[in-house]
Amino acid sequence: MAYAPSSTTSGIHLPDTAQELVKILIAGPFGVGKTTLIDSVSEIRPLHTEERLTEASVHVDDLDGVREKSTTTVAIDFGRLSLPGGIVLYLFGTPGQERFRALWEEISHGALGALVLVDSRRIDASFDMLGLVEESGLPYAVALNTFPDAPRHHTDEQLRAALDLAPDTPLVTCDARDAESSIDALLALVQHLIDRDPPEHR
Amino acid sequence: MTGRRGGRPLVPAYLSTGGVARPSRPQLERLTVLSGSGEPVPAGLPAAQLALLDALFGGSLTVLEAAALLELPVSAVRVLAAGLLDRGLVLARAPIPPAESFDPDLLKRVADGLRALKHD
Repeated sequence: MAYAPSSTTSGIHLPDTAQELVKILIAGPFGVGKTTLIDSVSEIRPLHTEERLTEASVHVDDLDGVREKSTTTVAIDFGRLSLPGGIVLYLFGTPGQERFRALWEEISHGALGALVLVDSRRIDASFDMLGLVEESGLPYAVALNTFPDAPRHHTDEQLRAALDLAPDTPLVTCDARDAESSIDALLALVQHLIDRDPPEHR
Repeated sequence: MTGRRGGRPLVPAYLSTGGVARPSRPQLERLTVLSGSGEPVPAGLPAAQLALLDALFGGSLTVLEAAALLELPVSAVRVLAAGLLDRGLVLARAPIPPAESFDPDLLKRVADGLRALKHD
């Protein structure tokens, strides 16, 4: 998107105004549009880190274990938005399969909340993700990413029932390719975080 | 999430740290902000530490961003950054601490900031 803080140095370096760094997880199954959403709002070209699954799963940074030689890695995309007032918001694209549980726990540590993306053509693909988020206690909102070739079969009520959402969990529709629509989905999550009263235990 | 975009890094992760597996400081997180201290760079600095210092030349980066730029695992960058901190070549600023529930004022400013982006 066109937004670029005036005080920033060129490229990837943090703006001089950066004070508070916060993160939100963009969670969902493969192909649901996590990277698309991050790309549509990020001020930097989305980057990724290679994360080792088995390393994360034993919770140590053990780089020399012989038995770990066949470690699989997964690329975790992230993007960044510098907000007025010195807040820098990081978005992490987080996969939702059970085998990513340890990685999920590490990345979700300290996150404000999660935006769970649901593919309007494959709702059941997000069940694992929702289970993982709920178990972690991280507050979340659900965004139905609408794909052009997906006729809407479901009413909001049917969707809520299918996803087994709590009454106060926000459910919004978004187009991950569109920056304004993606920001609206993020706003629905942040408003939910503000409205949670009293705060639930995490 | 996507597959690898770049090629294989020139230096494998386990060699980049000189075989050190754990950082000398445990508190370096993904969103810890690293910046160069401006101290003169001593001769004989390991290449991977030098690469991290170079990346910080134009401004600050989080551990996360440094890992992405250097194509190294976050865990390796933690080790490198801790080594540079020990030598006084890098400064680190911790992210806001994780909380049971975040400061409502912070959340409100995040919301206001997002709204401001929409009207830009």
